[in-house]
Amino acid sequence: MPIPINIPVKGPAAPTKKGEFRRTPDDAPEDLKAKMLELEAKGEWIVQRVPEPYVEVQTKYGKPKKIPLQHTWHHKSCGQCGHIPGYSTSIFWLHRKLGLEYNDPRDQTSCTAWNYYASATSNSAAQAGVAMRNFAAAYETGYFPQIHCATSYGHYKEVRSELIHHKELRDQVREILKKMGKPLVIPEEIVHYSEWVYAVRHEIAKRQVLDLSQITVTVHPACHYYKLVSEDAIYDPDVYGGQRTAIVTGVVEALGAKVADYSTWFDCCGFGFRHILVQRDFTRSFAVQRKIEVMRDEANPDVTLTHDTGCVTTLDKSQFAAQAHKGVTAAIPVLSEAQFAALAMGAHPYRVCQLHWHSADYHPLLEKMGIDWRERWREFEDDLERLKKDPGAVMTWDDADAAPTQAFGAGTRPHPAHLAHGGR
Amino acid sequence: MATGTGTGASSAGLARATSGGRVERGAEPPFEEKLRLFNEVKADLRFSDYLYGCYECGICVAVCPSARFYDFSPRRIAQAVAREDVELVYEQMNGEVWECSQCFSCLVCPRKNNPGGIITIMREVAVKNGLHSAKEALEGYSRIIYKIMSTGTQVSPDMIRPDAFPDWGPTAKETADNLEVWRRAMPPDTMHTTSSSWEVDDKTLTELYLIWHLTGVLDMIKTLDESLHMILVDVMEEKLEEAGYPLSG
Repeated sequence: MPIPINIPVKGPAAPTKKGEFRRTPDDAPEDLKAKMLELEAKGEWIVQRVPEPYVEVQTKYGKPKKIPLQHTWHHKSCGQCGHIPGYSTSIFWLHRKLGLEYNDPRDQTSCTAWNYYASATSNSAAQAGVAMRNFAAAYETGYFPQIHCATSYGHYKEVRSELIHHKELRDQVREILKKMGKPLVIPEEIVHYSEWVYAVRHEIAKRQVLDLSQITVTVHPACHYYKLVSEDAIYDPDVYGGQRTAIVTGVVEALGAKVADYSTWFDCCGFGFRHILVQRDFTRSFAVQRKIEVMRDEANPDVTLTHDTGCVTTLDKSQFAAQAHKGVTAAIPVLSEAQFAALAMGAHPYRVCQLHWHSADYHPLLEKMGIDWRERWREFEDDLERLKKDPGAVMTWDDADAAPTQAFGAGTRPHPAHLAHGGR
Repeated sequence: MATGTGTGASSAGLARATSGGRVERGAEPPFEEKLRLFNEVKADLRFSDYLYGCYECGICVAVCPSARFYDFSPRRIAQAVAREDVELVYEQMNGEVWECSQCFSCLVCPRKNNPGGIITIMREVAVKNGLHSAKEALEGYSRIIYKIMSTGTQVSPDMIRPDAFPDWGPTAKETADNLEVWRRAMPPDTMHTTSSSWEVDDKTLTELYLIWHLTGVLDMIKTLDESLHMILVDVMEEKLEEAGYPLSG
């Protein structure tokens, strides 16, 4: 006699069109936001609410995510600020040009996750302590965290999950913060800067001064953005049929450039955390053989864009040795989408985008974008000479904006979409 | 499974430094010591969230960057831990865990395993117990640990030196040669720094030191590199005492 079993069986899924790919909220992992709010109701911590105005975007399983437009506390990236500083500067510049207020704090440490993933010389309590100290510092200012690094973003999402699931960890971290006089606070959403760029992409496009229709872009989506705690990442059914994160691709499309696909898009960049610092043969080999050469062979892009510290670093810095070794001359410039968007809006390539810190040759890209880089470099060299004469002087935002956008090269052309949006 | 009796970080099988600073592997430890280390991995609060079994489908290997270049497999790690193969886990902690790129591509696992996360825990146990692999893998890495723990930022501008990054091409030298003026030639007023990536308040740094102190991270550094530990303690104790944080207990 068959043994009766009681397995709840869902009915057949709604039919999909041939070739259509669909995720539903039912496929999503547990609802962490509901758990965060439950813990707040029990007095375990404070949930810092997303300030208005915000834009709602769609995440991997169709759930909405609130992206605050302003009043944001900028959790800077140590790698960006340290060796590709035009990345951070461009993010700030975009906020300023869109008239969106922000806070650039000194009461902020790195998330320390680069070191943790490289060396494991830390532990879950210390990592959660660092994250929650930074979140508490943001809360004290009344501003909402916007995180510049995808590793910080991914790691903080891991920390959030660990804190939600492990009371002993919450108790330990709460006690540490209490010694500093800080509350245990978790932001309602953990927001990456690239989500903000995505949310304001059409506003950026309205202010675009360069025609990018002849620019071909490959996109490298950052692993720690969409693989770690993946349900938070932005997806759009209209971008790659909702099968890949829409985050950078959506911005490129809004700016009117061409997105070119390549087969190794899912591969990581080769950063490796430990490897980029002390075992770079792996990093260089992977970056060149699995990413750069594949992009060049399959898509021949003018630029590759990504949205994380480690990815820009690895893909940009790894090309020199391969060129020297193999005699390959054509480099693929590597920028963040924030730098690319800023250039499109007329940002100075050196004062704002700080491209002189990049290794792969970006000059052909600037020329194709219609930017007279020789003249812009001459202006920047004048800036440097002035600074050398006055050791106490620094560049200011006013200095950075001194170059009028109409001065950007003889080849500068207004974007057709910009003309269409004119006056809006 | 029996519980290991534990012989502590100073037991056989762990690393020792030669007078030249090179790390030498010690004698093979007894099974009980390997079991103690394995149980330490399993005792981590994240362990139960990271391992649910293994279909042996190999998807994690297919997407793994390290598997393409090393004799490394996230599947082998997940399987060894799931089968509680103490000997193999010990062997992995003494070598291949350091080849993982920590990209977490392996989270595509249909069984919802997190091999990268298991490796993070295994590495932590290797560091905490002074295993040979940790010292070997992190040779040359001390300056990074010093920078992140003492300044609160990791790769600071003054670390971009042509001798440290020769393969980054001429920009490493240009950056080093022009560092001070290039740093002043950027608009955010928090970023005119050379020894840290941005300007970090003293109070903020002291709070970071307190976190390292209260969570046992300094003890981990001591196991890895005693000289570095002494330097960090010097830097941190003074600040913590000035701020009125008790250093005992």
